[in-house]
Amino acid sequence: MPEKELRMKIGELKSDIGTIKDLELSIGKIIEETWAEEMGPTPFPSITDLREWDLRLLQRYAPFYMPFCDVCCLCTYGKCDLTGDKKGACGLNMASQQSRIVLIACCMGAAAHITHARHLVDDLIERFGRDYPMDVGGLSVEVEAPIIRLVCGRRPRRLGDLEDILDYTERQLTQLLSATNTGQEESNLDFESKVFHAGMIDHVGLEVADMAQIAAYGFPKADPDAPLAEIGFGVVDAAKPVILVVGHNVPPAAEIVDYLTDKGLHGEVEVTGLCCSAHDVARYNPKAKMVGPMSWQLRFIRSGVPDVVVIDEQCIRADTLAEAQKIMAPVIATNEQNCAGLPNRTKDPPTEIVKDLLDGKIPGALILDPAKVGQVSVETAVALAPKRRKFKDVPNVEDIIKGGKRCTRCKECVRTCPNSLPVMEALLEARGGDLDKLSSLYEECIGCARCESACPLDFPLHSFIVKAAEKKMKEEKFKIRVGRGAIQDLEIREVGSPIVLGDIPGVIALVGCPNYAKGAKEVAEIAMEFARRRYIVVTSGCAAMSAAMFKNEEGKSLYEIYPGVFDAGGILNVGSCVSNAHIAGAVIKIASIFAKRKLRGNYEEIADYVLNRIGAVGVAWGAMAPKAASIGSGFWRLGVPVIVGPHGFKYRRMLLGRKDRIEDWNVYDARSGEKVYVGPTPEHLFYSAETKDEAMVMMAKLCMRPNDTTKGRSIKLTHYIDLSRRLFGVMPDDVHLFVRTIADIPITVKDEVIRLLEEKGWKENVIPDPTLLPTMIRRRRE
Amino acid sequence: MSTSTEPWQTAEIPGPKKALVITKPEVVSALIRRAKRPILVVGHQAAEIQLRNGKLIDYMIRLAENLKIPIVATAHMQREFLKRGFHVDSWMPAVDIGNRLKDPEWQGLDGLGPQDLALFSGIPYYVEWLILSGLKHFSTGLKTISLEMHYQPHASWSFPNLPLDEWEKNLEGIIGGK
Repeated sequence: MPEKELRMKIGELKSDIGTIKDLELSIGKIIEETWAEEMGPTPFPSITDLREWDLRLLQRYAPFYMPFCDVCCLCTYGKCDLTGDKKGACGLNMASQQSRIVLIACCMGAAAHITHARHLVDDLIERFGRDYPMDVGGLSVEVEAPIIRLVCGRRPRRLGDLEDILDYTERQLTQLLSATNTGQEESNLDFESKVFHAGMIDHVGLEVADMAQIAAYGFPKADPDAPLAEIGFGVVDAAKPVILVVGHNVPPAAEIVDYLTDKGLHGEVEVTGLCCSAHDVARYNPKAKMVGPMSWQLRFIRSGVPDVVVIDEQCIRADTLAEAQKIMAPVIATNEQNCAGLPNRTKDPPTEIVKDLLDGKIPGALILDPAKVGQVSVETAVALAPKRRKFKDVPNVEDIIKGGKRCTRCKECVRTCPNSLPVMEALLEARGGDLDKLSSLYEECIGCARCESACPLDFPLHSFIVKAAEKKMKEEKFKIRVGRGAIQDLEIREVGSPIVLGDIPGVIALVGCPNYAKGAKEVAEIAMEFARRRYIVVTSGCAAMSAAMFKNEEGKSLYEIYPGVFDAGGILNVGSCVSNAHIAGAVIKIASIFAKRKLRGNYEEIADYVLNRIGAVGVAWGAMAPKAASIGSGFWRLGVPVIVGPHGFKYRRMLLGRKDRIEDWNVYDARSGEKVYVGPTPEHLFYSAETKDEAMVMMAKLCMRPNDTTKGRSIKLTHYIDLSRRLFGVMPDDVHLFVRTIADIPITVKDEVIRLLEEKGWKENVIPDPTLLPTMIRRRRE
Repeated sequence: MSTSTEPWQTAEIPGPKKALVITKPEVVSALIRRAKRPILVVGHQAAEIQLRNGKLIDYMIRLAENLKIPIVATAHMQREFLKRGFHVDSWMPAVDIGNRLKDPEWQGLDGLGPQDLALFSGIPYYVEWLILSGLKHFSTGLKTISLEMHYQPHASWSFPNLPLDEWEKNLEGIIGGK
């Protein structure tokens, strides 16, 4: 750690000149330098330090705004109509307003992750102390914090070292958010640059959070063979007392596991999880059961299986308390971010809290002490389970039939459903007792229950669907490899060359939320398609769970079929949302470990390297939350394109390249300083696809990079052409843009492609040492 | 004809400027006739929506052929057109055609000049809603028509929310060039 704060406290000092009592001195920071690597140009970058890089990216990948709302209502001047070229009373136009909203969303997302990181670091320091070592992979992971090294120029060695890093992120976040106030930033491109900054500091927060919990809780440390855990509604033993943890912050869940262990109750109480708390409690103890992604919240609570619901932070339904009350399960809120209106019982003795919960005096409690949460949750669940007897809030078949008969065909359920599912038609069909159509909606239902809110007769339509699909739901029994954490340095050494040269066609990162337009199965299909093609497939968050929840013909989930290594054909779950840091970390480490580029405070050079050489694509197929936006924006600044599913259009701004503009695709050849056309590689930085098939072709295309060798480009083109032919039925009409020399052409389609090149007037080009940065040119032109 | 001009997805409330309602197919026919460089953008739902005389895509093929409008297929729709022996003029993602249409310097599918009219069909409601919003705010000299069954408030012209049979009747009317 290069800087240290010196604090000196003197209780009593007697000397010839007198006595000093209770003197406390603070002398700022002492520089303690043990890292030989020279500091790069931008340690702890300010909002504007990387602005030039951002503007380079934004020139090529210009924003396409699709406003979600035509007005601004953020100040009392408004509402202001910003339609077309109108300006608001403050002078802001529509483009700037849209980028401002994107910035607000990314600040929200970054704030959620950074606050989560702060909670973890504070809790873990209290429990383990500031000097607890930051071991996230032993000798396998010497570059332990690639993002922090790159952005901050620091190497965190102890838990306490993470505090300064978080101080920086919190300062930046405040400044970014301040720019969104009325009368601040006016340029849409500067807003976009700030969006990138928010994303970058978000990634720092992600890395802090996951490093802290991996090191302190002993999660799998860069382990390709991390244990398999059970996932799915059907894996929960409902005969036992069941505790459900929902959210992202693992300390309360870890304390539940510890309390059960201490009391010898392990195996007698089921610890289950939803969303990222499921990931992390299973990383802590793989015997914990993962119910599923966040979209399983309502269906699991209403099933009556959980006896106690423990919530922490992020992605928790805002009606959790009301839903839990319907099944007579108390809610324990454990985090300042979501107090749920519950009385704060943090300072009360656990036995009193348990008694009040069991007596029904309170519907739940806010307990901001993880250890106390562990005790209260377990004791309450054990005592309450025999009384509740899994009291549920699920309709019976007769209720559904009656509902079908009473339905007034107003279509409000269909009109409010995000996926326009034919809920009304299915309900009408159920009038005669045929529930098949309702059951068929289950796979594509995202569990939001907006249909219920819209129904003028207050039918529990989501529960109707779940009841109709009860058999399917109970058969949900799958295996998932728990989050392995970081990618080993050794793995990077082995795949660095084939990735950069193109022999491994790309890295596909399936991440994000479960807001799927056509069901979660598409995630598993994408993962298997690209693993079979020898791409490296990385998963995290709800997408990692969705990928697990399908079986092949032999009854195996894909984590049982494919190895968990960071290598061609592997499918590896890195962990929860905060584990996305390891995906960004892997591409950074390729630049550092394989290419030996300096990492420390050297963001621009590394991002330029990533953009031009590392064929990685992020795919957030069900992206929903502002958190997903901030994670995505961190990848954009780093030079990694991101694809989102159809609901991702609602992020209201895409960053799109224009392959028809030749001049946009020139880079410098670092060897000569010459400008060289490299084709649209990668074509887009942020792009929303209408269908899975469209996305899969685009994934293969976006993995191409200017630096690909001819062999590597030929391999990448093989996949692009093959996928296009299979899914679109045609040879892509832009192949000529990706062929630099004849040697790039896949041998199997050589004649056909050459004919196409001739039609297009193609000319051979050189393969440069590509860079967008004039500073990287080694020999300037005369 | 129903005159419901609420957004089909209930929360997709736009703003002060909303699409003019197509009350009869002749309106669309006249707009197409008047346009110098129209295009028809067809999304993946055109291969899923069943009408009396085939899928929506079949209607769009007839429309393109009868009225001589070039088609841009989005998503994986090239495959569906080819199955029907029809070669589209261009393929590109929905977001890409939106991005090009908003650019006044884009010289169109054939490079001969900007498109002045874009018709949309078979694109998921909320996707089209957003693309049309982008075009409403940022395109210059472009008019848009939604041929969907449900009201798209960000288009220049849109059908209201229609029952299937009325929608089909309207489409037939446009195809026939009435």
